[in-house]
Amino acid sequence: MKRSNEPIFWSLFGAGGMLAALIGPALVFITGIAVPLGLIYAPDTMSYNNMLAFAQNWAGKLVMFGVVALFLWHAAHRIAILLHDFGVHAVAAVKLFSYGGAFLGTVIAGYALLAVGF
Amino acid sequence: MSNRRPYVRSMDGWWKRDAYFIRYMAREVTAVFVAAYAIVLLFGLVRLAQGEAAFNGWLQYLKTPWMLVFHLIVLGTFVYHTWSWFNIMPKTMPIMFVGGKRVQPGTITGSGIAAAVVACLAVLLIVKGMHP
Repeated sequence: MKRSNEPIFWSLFGAGGMLAALIGPALVFITGIAVPLGLIYAPDTMSYNNMLAFAQNWAGKLVMFGVVALFLWHAAHRIAILLHDFGVHAVAAVKLFSYGGAFLGTVIAGYALLAVGF
Repeated sequence: MSNRRPYVRSMDGWWKRDAYFIRYMAREVTAVFVAAYAIVLLFGLVRLAQGEAAFNGWLQYLKTPWMLVFHLIVLGTFVYHTWSWFNIMPKTMPIMFVGGKRVQPGTITGSGIAAAVVACLAVLLIVKGMHP
């Protein structure tokens, strides 16, 4: 019997969903609202030098890669099912769009984090 | 060719038929906003790798009214995601027993949301601590 690849995608979906549920609201508030508006946090919190130093640190790389990649895989799984729910039954095209998109985003994130150096 | 034209009930708008389906749809659609937020962060990473001028352009872009409104909407959907994620957790995780008694769904949901509040506060304080 052919083994299902579903557990892999479901694990990534679950990990991303849990990460988003636990820290997502705080991340969106910091990067999308507080820092751009200059609230609560120092104006240089997300400055080029600070973000570069964070991205060059191995722990910082892991955080950035984990958040971007897992959020993408979480969303991809749900979007694939949503498309099915809305009557798009071209399974191969749906998987290419959703999981392919998450894969592409993961590769780009990994490449950018290697490109910033160590 | 067959002349039979059996009645097939339309599936159009199926999820609007029932409050349960509407909640299901609301929960699943949060994924679109999670993806959009991840893509904004991914652009930030690419801009960071391209150098200071590129990254500053991304930072300026975050300050535009459209992006601020976008992030307010994203914040709302993330909070809904947190609530709905732990709300369905009693059904998505294996049944848990403590001291021979099944852990009640309300306990699982409540613990999850409490954990999320603590984790969010920790992230807010850690980032504040890094750049006071």
